[in-house]
Amino acid sequence: MSQIILKVENISKQYRLGVVGTGTLSHDLNRWWHKIRGKEDPYLKIGAANNRSVASKSSYVWALRDISFELQQGEVLGIIGKNGAGKSTLLKILSKVTSPTQGQIKTKGRIASLLEVGTGFHPELTGKENIYLNGAILGMTKREIKNKEQEIISFSGCEGYIDTPVKRYSSGMRVRLAFAVAAFLEPDILVVDEVLAVGDAEFQKKAIGKMQDISKQDGRTVLFVSHNMAAVQDLCSRVIILENGLVTFEGDTQVGVDKYLNNSEVSKGFVDFNLDKEVFRSKFQKFEIQNASQEIASSFCSGEPMVFVVSVKVSSEIRNPIFSLRITDVNNVSIVTWRSNDYVDEPLQKNQLNDFKIKLSTSGDLFLLDSIYKLSMSILDGKELLDYKDQFISFEILPNKPNDRFYSITRRKSHNSIIFNEAKWDVVNQ
Amino acid sequence: MSENHKEEWLYTISPKGKFIDLNFREIWRYRDLLFLFVKRDIITVYKQTVLGPLWFIIQPLFTSVIFTLVFNNLGSINTNGVPPFLFNLAGITAWNYFKECLTKTSSTFTANKAIFGKVYFPRVIMPLSITISNLLKLAIQFVILLFFYVYYIQGGMEVSLSSVWYLFPLYILMMALLGLGLGMIISSMTTKYRDLSIMIGFATQLLMYVSAVPYPVSEARAKFPPTVALFVEYNPLTQIIEGFRYIVLNTGTFTWFGFFYTLIISVLLFLFGLIIFNKTEKSFIDTI
Repeated sequence: MSQIILKVENISKQYRLGVVGTGTLSHDLNRWWHKIRGKEDPYLKIGAANNRSVASKSSYVWALRDISFELQQGEVLGIIGKNGAGKSTLLKILSKVTSPTQGQIKTKGRIASLLEVGTGFHPELTGKENIYLNGAILGMTKREIKNKEQEIISFSGCEGYIDTPVKRYSSGMRVRLAFAVAAFLEPDILVVDEVLAVGDAEFQKKAIGKMQDISKQDGRTVLFVSHNMAAVQDLCSRVIILENGLVTFEGDTQVGVDKYLNNSEVSKGFVDFNLDKEVFRSKFQKFEIQNASQEIASSFCSGEPMVFVVSVKVSSEIRNPIFSLRITDVNNVSIVTWRSNDYVDEPLQKNQLNDFKIKLSTSGDLFLLDSIYKLSMSILDGKELLDYKDQFISFEILPNKPNDRFYSITRRKSHNSIIFNEAKWDVVNQ
Repeated sequence: MSENHKEEWLYTISPKGKFIDLNFREIWRYRDLLFLFVKRDIITVYKQTVLGPLWFIIQPLFTSVIFTLVFNNLGSINTNGVPPFLFNLAGITAWNYFKECLTKTSSTFTANKAIFGKVYFPRVIMPLSITISNLLKLAIQFVILLFFYVYYIQGGMEVSLSSVWYLFPLYILMMALLGLGLGMIISSMTTKYRDLSIMIGFATQLLMYVSAVPYPVSEARAKFPPTVALFVEYNPLTQIIEGFRYIVLNTGTFTWFGFFYTLIISVLLFLFGLIIFNKTEKSFIDTI
C-alpha cells in the first residue's frame, strides 16, 4: 500500500485587503498589545470569505480557509479553481514561500516548486550558467546538476544557445530551459503551477510526458495546478476543486473536471444581448438553444437533436448576409462550423431589411461525446463583420443513459476523441 | 499505525516558529547556492561596461583625492604624520566594505521579491553571498592601497608593522558582521515600512562622518564638542576604521577594550539581525 507523504491540516491564510499604509503600524501595535497580554490576535476573528467579485466589508480576507487533504506517494493531484480561488496561495504555502496563518502541513519529503518560469534566471548569464544557478536555487547541489547537465540541455532542446546569455532567449526557450532544470530535479514532491502555458505544442507534450514519468516511473508525487483541463485529465489521478478559499470537491479527476466545468460554465440555454435602443449596425439580439420539443435547454444526450435560434436586429439593409455558428470544446478546439454561404442553396436571403430569425437544427446525426461545449457566432455583410460573439454560451452533453442506443459511448476519456460517428460496419469473413 | 508514522515527518510547515528558528543544517545544504550567487554577483556586476572591474578602483581613488583636497588641504586635519592621501584611502577602503555590505543587504527582500516569491531557499543565503562577493571588491581595493603604501615607502615614509597585525582578519569579520547585522535589520523592516529604504542612502553618508573616516579619533577629541566626541569614539564603526588604520598604517590609537567592545557589539548586532531576518522571511511576501 502506498503511504501518505504529505498531510495538510486545516490550513488557513489571511490577507489584508487594500493598501498597506498608514493603518499598518496601528494594527501591528494593536496585535502586539494583545499578544503581550496573552490574548488572541484580534484580526484573526474577522475576515470575509475570499470572493473576488463581491466587495467585502472587512479589510481582512481569508484566501484559504481550513484546507485539509492528504497526498499519497506517487500520486498526481490536480488543483483546479477559478482565478483567485486560492490555488497559488496554497502552492506558496506548500513551497514555504509564505507561511500559513493557521494550521500546519507535515511532509515526509522535500518539496520543490516550479511556480513560475525561469525563476532566478539571470539575464546576463549563459544558459549553462543559469542551469547551475537555477538548479541550486531549487535545491540541487552542484554535483547533482553536473551529473544531469547533458540530460537537462538535451531535454530543453536549447543546445545551440547554451553558451549564449539568457537575455537573448525567446520566452519560450526560457520556459524550456527552466522546465528542463526542474524536471531533472529530484524532489519527493514537485509543485507545478501553470508552467506549460508558454511553451509550444511539442514542448507541452514533452513536459506532460515528463511529469507522467516522474510520477509513474520514479514514484514521485506531483501537485499540478492548471486551467488546462485536458492536461489535468491526462496527468492527474485525483483533483481538488478550490472555490473562494474552500475545498468544494475532492476525488476522481473526471468527476471533478466535469463538476468544475459545469459549475462555472454551463449557461441557462439562452442569452439576451441587451441592445441599446439605437443600433447603428445590425446586431445579434437573442440566442436560444432548444430541444426537439422546442423547450429551452442546456444539456443534451449525445445524438439528441438541438435547435439554435438566433434573432438578428437589422438597423440598415444587409445586402449579402452570411451567418456562421461554431461549436468549440473546453480546450478551444473547434468541432463544427456551420456557415450560411457553404450551401449551394443559401439559406439566408439577400437584401435583408427587417429583423429576422435563424433556426439551425441538428438532425440527430451529430454525436458529440459528453463534455461541455461552447458556441461562437458571427454575422457578416459580404466581407464586413457586423457582429461577433465569442464563446458566449455553453451547453452540455450528458453521459448517455443505460437504455440509450449509444450507451457505450459514454466516457469521452476512454475514447480520447470528441465526436462519435455511426459508421456502417461490414465484416466479411474470408 | 498513524502514531508510529507521526515521528517520521521530515518537517512541518506551521504559522509561527520558535523565537530563534535557525536551521544551520539547511543553510549548509544550500552552500552550493551560496557559491553560485557569489559567482553570479562577481561575473555580472560590470557586464556590458567598458572599464569593467576598473570601477572597483576608480571610486575609492577619486574619493580619496577629493577627501584629501577638502579635509586635509582646505580643512587642515592632522593625520599624525601619515600622508593624507594614504590615510584617506585606508579609511575609505574599510568604510566601503561596510557600506556595500550594509546597503546591498538592506535591500535583500525588496530587490529579490520576484525570486523569493516563487521558491524557497534559506533567505539568509542572499545577504551572506553579498558579504562574500564584496570581499573580492575589498581585496582589489586593498591591493591598490598596498600599491600606494609601497609607493610612499619608496618616497621615504617610515612605517613599522603594527604589533597587532594578526587581528586584521578579525577586523574584516567585524565589518562584515556589522554590515550584515544592520543590513538584515533594515531589510526586514523595509518589507513593511519603506521609509527605511529612503533613509538608508543619506544615513550611510552621514554615518561616515561620525565614524572617523576622514579624520583620526585624536582630531575628534581635540576639536568636537565633548558629547559628539564621545559618540564618535564609542561608535563601533569608528573603532573598526581606526583599528584598521592602526594595523595598516600604525597610526591612531588601539585599545583592547575598544577591540572587544566592538567585537561584542558586532556579534550581538549580527545575531539580532539574523533573528529578525529569520522571523521576517516567513511571511514578508504578504506585506512587501
